[in-house]
Amino acid sequence: MKLSPERVILDTNNAHEHGHGVGDHLYVHRHSFVHDLPAQVKTVAAIVFIFMVVLTPVRAVGAFAIYLGLVFVVVKIADIPFPLVLKRMLIEIPFVIFAVLMPFFGPEPRVEFLGLSLSQEGLWAAFGILAKGTIGVATSITLAATTRARDLLQGLEKIGVPDLLVQIASFMLRYSAVVTDDLSRMKVARESRGFSASGIKHWKVLANSAGALFIRSYERGERVHLAMLSRGYNGTIIDLYQPTVTTRDWWTAMALPIIAASIMVVAWITL
Amino acid sequence: MDNALNTSPSLDVAGLAYAYPDGNQALYGVNLQIQRGERVALLGPNGAGKTTLVMHLNGILAAGLGTVHVGGLAVDTEDKDAVREIRRRVGIVFQDPDDQLFMPTVREDVAFGPINMGVTGTELDAQVMEALELVGMAEYADRPPHHLSFGQRRRVAVATVLAMKPEILVLDEPSSNLDPASRRELADILRGLDITLLMVTHDLPYALELCARSVILSQGTIVADGKTIDILCNESLMAENRLELPFGFDPKSTLVN
Repeated sequence: MKLSPERVILDTNNAHEHGHGVGDHLYVHRHSFVHDLPAQVKTVAAIVFIFMVVLTPVRAVGAFAIYLGLVFVVVKIADIPFPLVLKRMLIEIPFVIFAVLMPFFGPEPRVEFLGLSLSQEGLWAAFGILAKGTIGVATSITLAATTRARDLLQGLEKIGVPDLLVQIASFMLRYSAVVTDDLSRMKVARESRGFSASGIKHWKVLANSAGALFIRSYERGERVHLAMLSRGYNGTIIDLYQPTVTTRDWWTAMALPIIAASIMVVAWITL
Repeated sequence: MDNALNTSPSLDVAGLAYAYPDGNQALYGVNLQIQRGERVALLGPNGAGKTTLVMHLNGILAAGLGTVHVGGLAVDTEDKDAVREIRRRVGIVFQDPDDQLFMPTVREDVAFGPINMGVTGTELDAQVMEALELVGMAEYADRPPHHLSFGQRRRVAVATVLAMKPEILVLDEPSSNLDPASRRELADILRGLDITLLMVTHDLPYALELCARSVILSQGTIVADGKTIDILCNESLMAENRLELPFGFDPKSTLVN
């Protein structure tokens, strides 16, 4: 009855390590002072920096080059691999397509290029979208790669984002993994009955799955809420973890937008 | 269903080893043969690899090493047609019926599998109603699944795979979350089916009631294989594999034929 089977050990050297906490798949764990800065400080710095970039006149090409350089300096300091940043920047592609179309539809005057008649103003507008978009996306990617999702949410609360919005976002983060698991178990169950989605004729099945998942998630939401009420929840979640923010942190983080602001002012004066 | 002359075992797992993409190895060489018509309980503590093993039986996971044969047909995840036939032959009833039931009505849900296998028309209707009758749920055919009780949903989940006329029925924790009456009703249904059955369970009395044979999966290998009554009565074997009988339950006192 009792067996002692031989144990087959597989070579798992090539396996890739999994992510960290829930919703932290964007976070890249490193030890740098960019990582160590409090989340709200980084968030404010990133937002102000992006504003400065957006306010810069489009024709100040040099200014945008410097902005991009600044972002890459931060990426370098934070020790985030450049290829990773570039890969994540693919998210920008839909905007790039939009930008590419602009020179074809813009107003006069037009320039000839490779036999195409392009609007000069359209070209500048396209450059503006590309430059500002790219720098904004790169900044956000850097922020996400150096800040844990939950710290980011706490940071948002500290800078005055309404408590309820922050709670909704944290629940989204907490339960997205649960819902994704539900979804993948449903997918396995579907495939076990010989189904694999391959075209438009399968949309009905996928829509029914989505509907079933919605009902399940909705009911789970109600159960979670009841469970919270049972433990005395009254609309606010008190945060025990209060990181200290020093003036020095603020100055360090704000160095980036302050440099950007000066460049922006210079760009307006000289153009 | 298949040719009756087919004498190969319903399930033949040989040297199956598997590691998840994150490097975690779950199966370390599983060997298991189940003959046609047998009812076998797969026992083992949490984390022993039971679910991982089940996922290999119908090609959801691809073996790292080793082979799985169902009624003589090899599970080869590369071969799409073979996978389709394997998924018809292996009917898996998952632990949570809500993972399995998602169509607007019970009838459509039971029809889902056969439709994927290319069954249509009156044959489809017949297969659906036959499966629902086998689990005693025919009168609920036009109800939405989420309006049924948990026990009813579990039975519909069993029907959804019976409708595919499987070679082997695999049940993941069939008695979990059922009240004693639903648990007994399900046992009656399962006992009445003329089918090979593999039942993953922590419910040892249920295993004893339904399955003459049990195997223990522990740390990714089959460490015991024998009569359920012998396994449950072997205290040292049970303790080594974190298996415990419910309070007050003595397997020796039960009559098993």
